[in-house]
Amino acid sequence: MNHWIIAPIVLPAILAPFIIMVLRHHLDLQRVFSVAGSVGLLAIAATLLAQASTGEIQTYELGNWPAPFGIVLVLDRLSALMVGLTAMLALPVVLYAIGSGWDTRGQHFHALFQFQLMGVTGAFLTGDAFNLFVFFEVLLIASYGLMTHGGGAVRLKAGVQYVTFNLLGSTLFLFALGTLYAVTGTLNMADLAVRVAEIPPEDTALLRVGAVLLLLVFAIKAAVLPLHFWLPASYANAPLPVAALFAIMTKVGAYSILRVYTLIFGPDVATTEGLVGDWLLPAAMLTLAVGAIGILGARQIGRLAAFGAIASMGTLLIAVSLFTPEATAAALYYTAHSTFAAALLFLIADMVMERRGGAIIPQSPMAQTGLIASIFFVSAIAMAGMPPLSGFVGKLLVMDAARHVDHYATIWAVILGGSFVTIVGLARAGSLIFWKSHDPAYVQAEVVNEEPEEAPAPAAPEPYPGLAFASVFVLVAGLAALTIFAGPATKYTGGIAAQLFAPQDYITAVLKGEKE
Amino acid sequence: MEALFASAVGVLTAAGIFLILRRRTFPVILGLSLLTYAVNAFLFATGRLALNAPPVLNNYKEVAYTDPLPQALVLTAIVISFGMTAVIVMIALSAYLSSKTDHIDLPLAEEAGEDE
Repeated sequence: MNHWIIAPIVLPAILAPFIIMVLRHHLDLQRVFSVAGSVGLLAIAATLLAQASTGEIQTYELGNWPAPFGIVLVLDRLSALMVGLTAMLALPVVLYAIGSGWDTRGQHFHALFQFQLMGVTGAFLTGDAFNLFVFFEVLLIASYGLMTHGGGAVRLKAGVQYVTFNLLGSTLFLFALGTLYAVTGTLNMADLAVRVAEIPPEDTALLRVGAVLLLLVFAIKAAVLPLHFWLPASYANAPLPVAALFAIMTKVGAYSILRVYTLIFGPDVATTEGLVGDWLLPAAMLTLAVGAIGILGARQIGRLAAFGAIASMGTLLIAVSLFTPEATAAALYYTAHSTFAAALLFLIADMVMERRGGAIIPQSPMAQTGLIASIFFVSAIAMAGMPPLSGFVGKLLVMDAARHVDHYATIWAVILGGSFVTIVGLARAGSLIFWKSHDPAYVQAEVVNEEPEEAPAPAAPEPYPGLAFASVFVLVAGLAALTIFAGPATKYTGGIAAQLFAPQDYITAVLKGEKE
Repeated sequence: MEALFASAVGVLTAAGIFLILRRRTFPVILGLSLLTYAVNAFLFATGRLALNAPPVLNNYKEVAYTDPLPQALVLTAIVISFGMTAVIVMIALSAYLSSKTDHIDLPLAEEAGEDE
């Protein structure tokens, strides 16, 4: 067996308790180990990506129990890509948290951070539906700690809402899994796929209920429209570097949708045919619309970034909901882009928030306005999907993949309209924050009304501003690399899509032909 | 027995959802606990209800047994929901202590937006 597969879960799982128990009072050592862990995760993820790129699907049987009875981890191209994205996001975020001093504002930031990474990578690698639930809980419980990191009345209140909403989601997840188990008698994803295909269509009322419940759970995680309420308040009130890490958490929802509804309830399965795509597509379009309008209407830069994340999830899920190989390839390219773009926007928002408060109103200029303004400009271009950055390529791919679909005019209109509103909203926010601040008359007039209510956070000065900027530039470089190497990247995502739409390989790899 | 069991799950779920829709933290947490009880009972029943039967597979087809897997799942679910409830109680307590109110919604001014 290839023991590398479990390494991305084991490494943070060992590191986090070590940081809590041994390095409890040594912040410097915590930082060293946390960064080293993130670098190690990156190295492991690179190894896994290289192994998976051959197209072979590898499994890891925990405790050496054979597949349908024990829990398996599965490494295919999709899970390797998602683990890679997690690692590539984790390193800049942890560097930023150190550089901006966020990790000094409460205890156990680094331990929680590692637990979060463990949950996310585990969710991407597992091949068992109940194990997916367990890893969801691992990443959620770490995220509760991270979300309320630093404390404060408003953040804690937002934390209560966030925890409540996610506990509801977990309960729903258990109901869905219970329903599926009652019908099929298994929870291994590959085995589920076999059993679901065997059930005659007239006996599948309960199965369809389970499929839709499961979709609801993943839609909560992915912040799809009617279930997105938790996201703006939670992300805008969380420490913004943490929100940047959470950019991968919404992707966990998208990943699960993609995995479950290609493998188990795939496009060929008669019982659930059209059940998911028909619901998901309009919801995704509404998500994009609401995200774009939210960007336009946001009065606070944290909320602006949160709605940006929602809008990019909308575009991503439009592509996912088409369930064709090209659209899935486009969706995966856009996943990589939107992870980096949303994280970048959150980090910039944090820089602005630390220097002048988060309100989108003209105020007297802050330190390093020029530099921050130019990075905001870059992140706005990426978020809105303008050339020359990867958002443009991603949107182009999504629209190209939607060309042969029935409602392609509607889809194009929503994507283009959404991009336009996003551009307007980001331009408005950018000019109010960065340009109008240099206009003395404008600032004076506004200051009388607005200044007293927005007291800037009593933050300690950034210990290593250079490190914070460096980590932001790493994300910018990631976006640039994604644009420059768009050719190889789309080829790789095309390979992923091909693998996803041939689920038989996955099933034989997991079950080793024992079913036949 | 099935009807009794099913209606118990239904009543627990309904009561849980009703309480979650309240505006104060305490009933919301109570509602979440009721909901987790409901889902635990539900999971327990997914292996079919069998009385006085051992949870072990055995060779004799005529001897009844009960499915052991849902019991393991319920155990996991109980542990997780118990831990989560403890976490939300702690967060809600510190939110109450720092803001002196246990209303679940954010104060509008501090939310800094006109959302929802």
